[in-house]
Amino acid sequence: MGLFGKVSLASILQRIFGKKHAKIGIYGPPNVGKTTLANRILRDWTGDIMGSVSEVPHETRRAKWKKNVKVENGGSSLFMDIVDTPGVATKVDYKEFMNTWGLTKDEAKRRAKEATEGVIESIKWLEDIDGVLLVMDSTQDPFTQVNVTILGNLEARNLPVLIAANKIDMEESSPATLKSAFPQHPVIPISALTGYNSDNLYTTMVSHFSKKRKKKRR
Amino acid sequence: MTKKESEISFNLVSRHKLNELTSSEKLKFILKEVKKGKILVLEHGLTPFEQANLIENTMKEIEEDTFIGVEMEGLGEDRPTFFQKLFGYSKKPRVTLIGPANLLKTIKKDNDMIQTKIIPGRGAK
Repeated sequence: MGLFGKVSLASILQRIFGKKHAKIGIYGPPNVGKTTLANRILRDWTGDIMGSVSEVPHETRRAKWKKNVKVENGGSSLFMDIVDTPGVATKVDYKEFMNTWGLTKDEAKRRAKEATEGVIESIKWLEDIDGVLLVMDSTQDPFTQVNVTILGNLEARNLPVLIAANKIDMEESSPATLKSAFPQHPVIPISALTGYNSDNLYTTMVSHFSKKRKKKRR
Repeated sequence: MTKKESEISFNLVSRHKLNELTSSEKLKFILKEVKKGKILVLEHGLTPFEQANLIENTMKEIEEDTFIGVEMEGLGEDRPTFFQKLFGYSKKPRVTLIGPANLLKTIKKDNDMIQTKIIPGRGAK
């Protein structure tokens, strides 16, 4: 047994330099798999789930959160409050819910109204978090205005961001495109649906979000 | 039946004009013009905080059949050099295109080019 017994060097360093608790927001445009990823994280670490998922955009229209989710990485760990936020969009058209997804006019209008409120709520949460897991669809163009706006806000606030390049189980996915688009941030290819590479995501979450940073306020 | 306007109105807004406005005046001006069906090209883009506020304000203004939101795309920010950072220079957003989402659609965007499509028959009133 070494000098520190069973206590690893990583856990000692974390006690000295790192954070033990962080409020992490799961952000991204609609339909990139934010709630699927939140469910994956919770199922793996608490046995619980966050919410329902759907192919119809804006399924999550109110932020949901789970407190004190302990995620471990070898000898170190981090308690996280995981906030699953509604998808951020610059437009919401109730007709799209009717024409593409077959909702009735009333259902579509209600969903659109709640979706606009959800976007506002997501933006307000940016003021109150310590870090962001930004979920992107690795089958899509990464330079969307929503991704750019969220990243710009996080960089201006000096908040840590980890990009989850989701849907790599799909043939047309290209996580390399995301990596080259945002080289200043760690990008972890993942399938929230199958759980592929989730261990790598958890390791990076603990190391990345436990770093102490001076948060800038607006 | 109301005849739809066939012409599209593009307004190029100078850096000078934008710098004269406060953030809130700028956002009010942009939304007012876009709601009229105009496409704006801003010589000097919005800061990340202004972009987030514009999205928030847009969501508050959405009206079921007349305004479904905005399409907004800007070229990436200028990257300050080491010495500029040292002397407190902050990143400056570059040219930005903003228009009504029912009229303007982004086809492709990368660091150097924004390709958009205009949906005909929905021009400025």
